[in-house]
Amino acid sequence: MLDPHGAQASHIADVWWGMLLVGGIIWAGVMGLLGLALVRGRWRGDGWQLADDYRHLPRAGLALIVAGGVALPIIVLLTLSFVGSRVLAAQVAPGEAPATTIEVTGHQFWWEVQYPAQGILTANEVHVPVGQAVRVTLRSVDVIHSFWVPQLAGKTDLIPGKTNQMWLRADAPGVYRGQCAEYCGLQHAHMAFLVIADPPDQFAAWVAAQQRPATQPTDPALQQGAQVFARQGCITCHAIRYGAGDTGGKVGPDLTHLASRGTIAAGTLDNNRGSLGGWIMNSQAIKPGNHMPPMPMDGESLQALLTYLESLQ
Amino acid sequence: MATVAERPERAITDERLVRLWETRPGLLGKLGTVDHKEIGIRYIITAFAFFLLAGIEALLMRVQLAVPENTFLSPDAYNAFFTMHGTTMVFLFATPIQSGIANYVVPLLTGSRDMAFPRLNQFSYWVFVLAGLFMYASFPLGQVPAGGWFNYVPLTSATYSPGPGIDFWGLGLIFLTISTTAGAINFIVSIFKLRAPGMTINRMPLFLWNMVVTSFMVIFALPALTAANVLLELDRKFGMHFYDPTGGGSPLLWQHLFWIFGHPDVYIIFLPAIGMVSTVVPVFARRPIIGYTAIALATVATGVIGFGVWVHHMFATGLAPLSLAFFGVASFMITIPTAVQIFAWLATILHGRPVWRTPFLYVLAFFFDFIIGGISGVMFGVVPFDWQVTDTYFVVAHFHYVLIGGAVFPIFAGLHYWLPKMTGRMIDERLGWLAFGLIFGGFNLTFFPMHITGLLGMPRRYYTYPPNMGWDGLNLLETIGAFILALGVLVFMWSVLHSLLHGEPAGDNPWHASTLEWQTTSPPPPYNFRSIPTVHSRDPGWELQYSDETAQYGDETLSRARETLGTTLHDARPEELWAMPEDSGWPLVLALALAVTFVGLLGGFLWLAALGLAAVLVATVGWLWPTQMKVVPL
Repeated sequence: MLDPHGAQASHIADVWWGMLLVGGIIWAGVMGLLGLALVRGRWRGDGWQLADDYRHLPRAGLALIVAGGVALPIIVLLTLSFVGSRVLAAQVAPGEAPATTIEVTGHQFWWEVQYPAQGILTANEVHVPVGQAVRVTLRSVDVIHSFWVPQLAGKTDLIPGKTNQMWLRADAPGVYRGQCAEYCGLQHAHMAFLVIADPPDQFAAWVAAQQRPATQPTDPALQQGAQVFARQGCITCHAIRYGAGDTGGKVGPDLTHLASRGTIAAGTLDNNRGSLGGWIMNSQAIKPGNHMPPMPMDGESLQALLTYLESLQ
Repeated sequence: MATVAERPERAITDERLVRLWETRPGLLGKLGTVDHKEIGIRYIITAFAFFLLAGIEALLMRVQLAVPENTFLSPDAYNAFFTMHGTTMVFLFATPIQSGIANYVVPLLTGSRDMAFPRLNQFSYWVFVLAGLFMYASFPLGQVPAGGWFNYVPLTSATYSPGPGIDFWGLGLIFLTISTTAGAINFIVSIFKLRAPGMTINRMPLFLWNMVVTSFMVIFALPALTAANVLLELDRKFGMHFYDPTGGGSPLLWQHLFWIFGHPDVYIIFLPAIGMVSTVVPVFARRPIIGYTAIALATVATGVIGFGVWVHHMFATGLAPLSLAFFGVASFMITIPTAVQIFAWLATILHGRPVWRTPFLYVLAFFFDFIIGGISGVMFGVVPFDWQVTDTYFVVAHFHYVLIGGAVFPIFAGLHYWLPKMTGRMIDERLGWLAFGLIFGGFNLTFFPMHITGLLGMPRRYYTYPPNMGWDGLNLLETIGAFILALGVLVFMWSVLHSLLHGEPAGDNPWHASTLEWQTTSPPPPYNFRSIPTVHSRDPGWELQYSDETAQYGDETLSRARETLGTTLHDARPEELWAMPEDSGWPLVLALALAVTFVGLLGGFLWLAALGLAAVLVATVGWLWPTQMKVVPL
């Protein structure tokens, strides 16, 4: 949040530094007054006798209550209300038409990501064109999650039965980590994702790559891996789309372009052969409570499966 | 005060009063007592025990978070601990310990013989204990709730949280709110109707204002919580769909109901505590408080506005922008009454001559830390800022600054202030300062860095976190701070034990305070005051040298039977004698019968629940059965 790279996050960070400054001055002022009171009290001596003027109600004291307790907060809060409303208005909608719409669906404990206009389906990784606003539509199929990329924008909840919307705009190319921010169960802590802001040409290339269906393996090693994928039941929960009309399970992330993604298990592990193998054999040791059962298999099958999965660019 | 030796007839009065009011010896006597002082001390000890339990849970979490990717706790253990830590601190510590302190001091502050409904008072205590045990029974059964202290649906529905864990939580809270509600009614009537003659409403100690406002808030806020939990249990137990979107329900309904209770509950915790600040400040500043009326009205205003800001807990749920803007600004408004009070206390200290004793130290810590929490709280009213920091450690830091800085420090001030009255012995000042230093330092070391980790993007309720996020060092610091804080609590407990064994005798009024509780012995006799005092000002102990010679409605009338004096609401004119009930075991039986009912509901044994309800009826009849009033002949 303190290192913003998006329109909204920058705006909010500016407001934060302003509030910190004013808040710090107020806090220091009150502490100064308290310090003064204590020092003055010291001059008056230590002991249980009552203050000399204890029968009188000092006007200065009442004036302090009015000045500090009423006037000061009214001035500060009116200013802050004004600033807050302005910032809110600016954040509710972008000042430009969104370049595209991304539909994010929350699952325990991963993110389904769709680009309906482009016909893209992926998981745990959101690519956006740099410098352009994108609309994000948020839904959940199970419990409440919250979509948060601290460097780009504030969070918005994904609530079952409700469709929420937000937008974001990354102002510099880069990889921004996002994470679930509403407690959603055992593996709430391992429900991250990446937002990757690409320059326009790279974004277009990524879109084109994601739009392509997987190719039927012709290499025997890959064919063996595909058989393992079907035989072990991976296909019940995960889909690999070879063309229109193909259906696979939708319980877990779509794997058509698995190898193109930087991480697996919702940002928990880097996407490489070793971590993928460990994850398949026993994901419960890595992310206990996630909904993928351990898939023990012999070494040969595992290697074939991994080779196949790594081919899914 | 004239001593008994000078006025031998008083010894006879005292003896009569003791016979009327004392708790009978033995276990049965203890179980059946309705003495508000005994009940108050029990409340304090029980709530403190829950404070220690919740503290241990917190320490375990801090060990887990000391380093990234730690495996000290499993995710389910961690989730159970943060759920029970929050639930215990809010429901089983913060409110009950203040009920306990208030139970002890309210009748003494008002100059009466007991609370308005002594048996109801005993009942409140037993229900509190049993509800606490009910919730903690989930530990030995291995079914600890893990839905977080705000228990959002649908995560806590039967689908996503099968097993009885969430039912321990939901039913336990329904059970507990019976105690809190009964207590609130008791405080309101005691403060409205049993004030000493002359203690008009604008002369009563500010702490009583805070208790009245808090009690009204309890009565209006808790039904929302109970309703939320009843709907939850109907969903879970009977497959209704109040919160289930696939059956036409709404998960947001839970959030509205919960926060309509939950935000006022922040003030239910905070207001009695700052009532203690209003009590301690003038005594240790050695002058009457400046801005009495302003503080009293600010308290009332807080109680009202506190009901109008709940949506600020839901800014990220996708509500319409207009409602966000409205509730953002509404949340700012509550700052004003709080600021009024802060400046009133400051003005009092500025125009006083502060005496540095342990209770005052905790008040200074309150200023230091609560104002930080208050300022960070205002920031949440800026909705987009809330979108960034809500559900991060920034929030965790904020509400611990508000709840520990704003409530626990004042509670410690109140305990140090009133314990000599309760035990008759002083707490050693050196131990008091040592405990204070550790608690104050440990607290800030634990919670200040959380502001920064939150701003660095660390969400709350993560049982572990990856390295290289810039969170590691700060988290380690927080863990070290938590153990220093815990050490401070241990030193505090030692200082209390030390005071009980070796403490200097306190005398009637060690702080030279002005309110009525200090005008009787420490600890007070079972009947509190030989004669019901008469009050002529806000600070009876300071205005004129206090003496029970000023009592006009005295010895003869109120030492004949178990009676106290009822007065009018505004002007506290004597109105009628209140016959006060004898000790009784029925409130305990009633509480046990309720516990049986809830156990039946929890386990799905409807026959047991029905049996419990039948026992509730029997106990109610037993409780209300008329008895002959005991009269001690003059």
